[in-house]
Amino acid sequence: MAFEQPPLPFAKDALEPYGMKAETFDYHYGKHHKAYVDNLNKLVEGTDLANKSLEEVIKATYKDSSKQGVFNNAAQVWNHTFFWNSLKPGGGGAPTGELAERINKDFGSYDKFKEEFSNAAATQFGSGWAWLVDDNGTLKVTKTPNAVNPIAEGQKPLLTLDVWEHAYYIDFRNARPAFIANFLDKLVNWDFVAANLAA
Amino acid sequence: MAHRLAPLPYDYAALEPFIDAQTMQLHHDKHHAAYVNNLNNALADYPDWQAHGVEDLVKNLEQVPEAIRAVVRNNAGGHLNHTMFWQSMAPSQTGEPTGAIAQAIANTFGSFDAFKQQFNEVGTKLFGSGWVWLVLTRDRTLRITTTPNQDSPLTQGETPLLGNDVWEHAYYLKYQNRRLEYLSAWWNVVNWDEVNRRFQVAHPNALA
Repeated sequence: MAFEQPPLPFAKDALEPYGMKAETFDYHYGKHHKAYVDNLNKLVEGTDLANKSLEEVIKATYKDSSKQGVFNNAAQVWNHTFFWNSLKPGGGGAPTGELAERINKDFGSYDKFKEEFSNAAATQFGSGWAWLVDDNGTLKVTKTPNAVNPIAEGQKPLLTLDVWEHAYYIDFRNARPAFIANFLDKLVNWDFVAANLAA
Repeated sequence: MAHRLAPLPYDYAALEPFIDAQTMQLHHDKHHAAYVNNLNNALADYPDWQAHGVEDLVKNLEQVPEAIRAVVRNNAGGHLNHTMFWQSMAPSQTGEPTGAIAQAIANTFGSFDAFKQQFNEVGTKLFGSGWVWLVLTRDRTLRITTTPNQDSPLTQGETPLLGNDVWEHAYYLKYQNRRLEYLSAWWNVVNWDEVNRRFQVAHPNALA
């Protein structure tokens, strides 16, 4: 049973009013994400890993230098699917309800969270990801290089932003801070975050 | 003495159609400029380190104060790598190496085509952001290698002779996800006179 690329959870042009062109998704979903899925399937074909879940493959291959290619592709398949779900047309701004309370409790305020997340995303040097995670009951902001994701580190991912240059170069060129601000103000899917937290 | 961004040694459009003018402008005026600014900001409170050249900084990272070491590694590296990169390219090139470096490449890799193929393959496989290099090792042999992000081969004691930038910002506007196409096209703009000059400095006894 090969790993599959789930469909985008919105039309590829759904984020155009919110700063991200359909062209970005043609490449990012249609080429980059797809290539990770295809590469993963090629790499695990005929091995024990082919019958495991994506999460199991990620955990089993993390920090195994002989399986680095498998880890990179498996984690990137997972990260991108999680990223698409972190986006919602007209999302963003401060969350409400229990999630708002948890953010206030662990960061002090939504503005503090926003500052910390923006800083993590802006300072991930090179390619990588910024995350909101549940680390044993405490919400934290983290950043990871290249394909590394919080599952590998034993944390529960709640929200992510892709800061590989391919994620923002078509829409924002070199202006990564503008991409980050746009994500936080117009795109964060807090329903998805709340569901992850409750799960 | 603050570090400064030198102007490009040719017009933004000079490397068309292999590298587009918009990419060159953003790459030099925004990305490279940011490395220079970030380096100067990092060194602002460390006057003892302001007189060091970027090569010196990346060769001696272990001695750089820990508080600024990571920022210096990234931004001195970024400044140095990009300065070399602009000089390693030029318009109206033949696409074939000449002189001592041509001979050394043929001796080491079998042929220029075999070398290019290996360099392209290594560059394609580099995961994430970084550089693919032709370096001269400590024992003066040629080698193809990569560095992540803005690390310089000098930090490992190897001398970079030629490097290609495979950060996505180097090629995304024209080539998007097609990194191999970019790597293959890039040979048309390599300035082999500059590579020979570096080779001569690093290995004065090499025979042409």
